[in-house]
Amino acid sequence: MTKVIFLSAIVSSLVLTGCSDLGVKPWERDVLAKEEMQLIADPVEAGLDDHIYFSKEATSGGRGFGGGGCGCN
Amino acid sequence: MAVTKHKKIAQNDRALKAMLASAGCALLAGLPTQSRAAELDNWDFDTAALIYAEGDSRVSAFEPVVNATRNFDSETKLNLKLAFDTLTGASPNGATPSDQAQTFARPSGKGSYTTSAGDQPLDDTFRDSRGAFSATWSAPLGRDWAYSAGGYLSSEHDYQSLGANGTLSRYLNQKNTTLTFGLNLSADSLNPEGGLPVGLSRAPVPGSSTFSTDLSNSRDGSSDNKQIVDVVLGVTQVIDRKTLMQFNYSLSSSSGYLNDPYKIVSVIDDNAGANYGGNFVKDGSNLYLYEKRPDSRLKHALFWQGKRQLDNGDIVDLSYRFMFDDWGVNSHTVDLKYRWDLGKHYIEPQLRLYTQSAADFYQRYVTSSDYQALDEVSADYRLGDLDTYTLGFRYGYRLSQDSELYTRVSFYQQASSGDSGFGKLKDQELYPDTTATMVTVGYRF
Repeated sequence: MTKVIFLSAIVSSLVLTGCSDLGVKPWERDVLAKEEMQLIADPVEAGLDDHIYFSKEATSGGRGFGGGGCGCN
Repeated sequence: MAVTKHKKIAQNDRALKAMLASAGCALLAGLPTQSRAAELDNWDFDTAALIYAEGDSRVSAFEPVVNATRNFDSETKLNLKLAFDTLTGASPNGATPSDQAQTFARPSGKGSYTTSAGDQPLDDTFRDSRGAFSATWSAPLGRDWAYSAGGYLSSEHDYQSLGANGTLSRYLNQKNTTLTFGLNLSADSLNPEGGLPVGLSRAPVPGSSTFSTDLSNSRDGSSDNKQIVDVVLGVTQVIDRKTLMQFNYSLSSSSGYLNDPYKIVSVIDDNAGANYGGNFVKDGSNLYLYEKRPDSRLKHALFWQGKRQLDNGDIVDLSYRFMFDDWGVNSHTVDLKYRWDLGKHYIEPQLRLYTQSAADFYQRYVTSSDYQALDEVSADYRLGDLDTYTLGFRYGYRLSQDSELYTRVSFYQQASSGDSGFGKLKDQELYPDTTATMVTVGYRF
């Protein structure tokens, strides 16, 4: 647990300090604004997948919440 | 010509939207026709239906979903989602196959089913339908913050779930970096058919002399609860005009009744003799125990996703997840999608690889000499050593600026492994593969 917090702290601080140079200007967001470039491009498909894998495997969540919602596991 | 066609599609979309809206909510009732059309333009719909079918006529499922979003402005929206699913078919009950036919009681305690020698014990009365509804409101909070708040409920004949969640996001570096904190609370209740099994108690065997005693000793009331708390901490970073990444750490804590009420474990005879490796017989019938899992579970997951549009317009989407928990399960998941842009059409092949290690208390079977000393046990293959593969193809066709028709076909394979038994049990297939085909058809407009 401590290891995870430590690791997450390092990763997030690296990301934060390193990331101030990254990125785009507001007028350069044409590509990123596209629906297919969203991290979850199709929430319905993602929801259907989550439901299947939740009921067939011992892992759920990660991308978002991994909670309950069905008695399938 | 093209304009007319687009106009027609837009009209059709509007008619469909109107139908869905009037079926789902009464928001539009009473509005004049023109305002109704204007109101419908603020809505996005995403509808899909999934068919999931396992090989050897095991579980099959059908799940239609309607997802509706009302946009108030570019960042303020209300999302409503309604899903139904029906499941039928046969599901493994956890017992091992045997060189003898095996008879099991139905979960209700009434009736029985018999598995032939050498076959996987499957409860063929597996049947369920579920309805789920969720609503999420998301909006900005000033210039640098955003939030969302939502709730959901889901109901099956033996399981109910009620949840609430919220997220808070902070934008940094001209919105190139987003920090997100999310919290989800869920209160679930189960009321299994035939009452709540007591973990590690003897499962009643139909026709045995101890049937009624075993049935009453193995039940403790009719319902129990489960609580889940999830916390997610995330960083999303825009790398350049065509690339973005996300990194999440999430923690999920469950407590309460975490057993699967319909799963049992075989007790195998390890006394030297003719029945070595066969089902252990006690008081004249085979001994099976109800599974028992710990009453809490703490899961940690690290998730990374990167997405990039290539110079030719194709999009590569790669993600990796590492999960570990206090049940001893570790898992790795890699998911790769490549969206091949063909103008109005696209093809998206997908490959997903998943591997997990077994939970500490997972055992494919227990032996006659150690079953009395058990604290916890489950023979559910979903808690065992498991590798799964998904290969999918999605094809989409953009009908207009705002509408798309798509279909996806995926093949899913599960391969389990573990201890191969002893004596007679060695001849049985303890870890059969499962294959499934999934077909989704969807329309977004």
